[in-house]
Amino acid sequence: MAGPAIRTSNLTKKYGAAAAVDRISLTVEIGEVFGLLGPNGSGKTTTILMLMGLTDVTSGTAQVFGMDPARRPLAVKQQVGYMPDAVGFYDNMTARQNLRYSGRLAGLAGDVLAHRIDKTLERVELTDVADQLVSKFSRGMRQRLGLADALLKSPKLVILDEPTNGLDPHATHEFLQLIESLRRDSVTVLLSSHLLDRVQTVCDRVALFNRGRIALLGSVSELASKVLGSGYRIEIDAEGDNLGQILAAVEGAQALHIDGIRHEILATSDIRSDLANAVTRAGGRLYRLGIRQMSLDEVYTAYFREAGHAA
Amino acid sequence: MRREGSPWAGLGTVVTKESVDHLGSTRMRLMEILIGLTAAGAIYGAISHIRESVGQDVFLFLTLFTTGHNPVPSFTGFIGFLVPLIAIALGFDAINSEYSRRTLGRVLAQPIYRDALILGKFLGALFTLTIVLVSLWLLVTGLGLLLLGLPPSGEEVARAAVFLLVTIAYGAVWLTMAMLFSTLFRQPATAALAALSLWLVLTVFWPMLASGASSVLAAHDPNPYLELANQVRVEQAISRLSPNTLYSEAVLALLHPETRALGPVFYSQLEGAILGSPLPLGESVLLIWPHLTGLIAASVLLFTMTYVNFQRQEIRA
Repeated sequence: MAGPAIRTSNLTKKYGAAAAVDRISLTVEIGEVFGLLGPNGSGKTTTILMLMGLTDVTSGTAQVFGMDPARRPLAVKQQVGYMPDAVGFYDNMTARQNLRYSGRLAGLAGDVLAHRIDKTLERVELTDVADQLVSKFSRGMRQRLGLADALLKSPKLVILDEPTNGLDPHATHEFLQLIESLRRDSVTVLLSSHLLDRVQTVCDRVALFNRGRIALLGSVSELASKVLGSGYRIEIDAEGDNLGQILAAVEGAQALHIDGIRHEILATSDIRSDLANAVTRAGGRLYRLGIRQMSLDEVYTAYFREAGHAA
Repeated sequence: MRREGSPWAGLGTVVTKESVDHLGSTRMRLMEILIGLTAAGAIYGAISHIRESVGQDVFLFLTLFTTGHNPVPSFTGFIGFLVPLIAIALGFDAINSEYSRRTLGRVLAQPIYRDALILGKFLGALFTLTIVLVSLWLLVTGLGLLLLGLPPSGEEVARAAVFLLVTIAYGAVWLTMAMLFSTLFRQPATAALAALSLWLVLTVFWPMLASGASSVLAAHDPNPYLELANQVRVEQAISRLSPNTLYSEAVLALLHPETRALGPVFYSQLEGAILGSPLPLGESVLLIWPHLTGLIAASVLLFTMTYVNFQRQEIRA
């Protein structure tokens, strides 16, 4: 099917007078891993619910594979796998029984369903515990079962709401690898998170949400250059007299921040060797010299610091 | 806005799952114990009384259902408070438990409408309730056959079957009531308590309320007899708002075939009547027809309220 997986234009959801989602326009191409990032209560989940046709749209439009989820919810839900925030299961049933119920509701039956369940459980590495009660499952296992539940109907688009929420670093890493494997199968993935740096590694593009609006949209490196300036952030741990002035005088250095012996320099190009020379010429002692990749966290913090100042 | 797709999609799956859940639950085990005790208690009470007064009643078999022996209440007495209890137990956590287990979003992400979920839950619980009541009914009938050694007549079986049907309709009212509370209250415990309180109010306080309100509300009449008649009519109208009244009147007419009227009757209306002679089944059914429709209408009304309430609820708690 041609056209994007998701397209929204001026999508708005109001609870009373307050807008939970305010005129959101975004496009997710087929095969993309797209991240909705932002703090809690910034409208990510509400946006997802509108895309699934699970809550009414106040104004604007949403299209999933060219279909309006408010008008054709069943057709949309047939093609979209969804894992809600803090996914829950029937604790009195086994993992397999829980999946079987979802599969039957999705219209699968018989051998096809049994085969799909086996395949999906294998994919999320829960085959060993398939016939155990879900009440015995750990948080990470539940989360993986949630992904299995979303993948059961072989969806073309998977929407994951806070998939790494409450997972330890190891489980998070494993979960993100599962998402990577979806990308290889050219499944479109839309995921939301408030943990920015965790998910930046898997997302092709991200939308940063703030108070129901998209503050920034683009790939992580695009956002970094947009917000932080097209700069390099260089860190020098060094000691010496008047080192601050000397470093600031180096050609290409734009801004300087000193914290003890740590000097943070924002530069227009990679001037690490010039800086090192400057330190040694001044008779200073150089302990460490490094360049840092911008993380989404910094982009985010910097953006909202600026936005806060502007307001 | 028109939505496409069938509201019935997934209904069968939900009904099956709910029935399996109910039938396998601990609640069901407790109910089975209750059923056993009820059947045994009622039969014991009835048989010991019937043995003393054998041969005095044309509809001996029906007295099996209606006779109690102090302090054991009759079978219908048992059923009258057991059915609301079972129905509430089956329905009080229908919707709110899906919220508290956080399964609602996951289930509704499947290609089904909410219609299928709520209707499926109702039908699954009603099916379970029917199984409970039918087994209880068969148990009492069978025990009665064994212990009395007397086969029931065709009419007795027919009357007992209609009684079963009315009992199921009565259960449906309480089931939909409990489901309504399960959409109104987020905590299952609150919903259960609210349903039980309502049951208590309708069972214990409603008759008092009806008689109290009737003396205030009834139209005054210079003729004290007519005023009394007005008062009785108003009292009956108020008390019939309670499903308990509808049910007990229907049971009275069905299992005591000599019942000719369920309201106040003037002497003039009894002219030519042979008192104490039984009505044919068709006439008894005609007598309780408004009661049966009333019970079904109450279920439909309560289900509609549940449905509307559930459809409007946000999926996020």
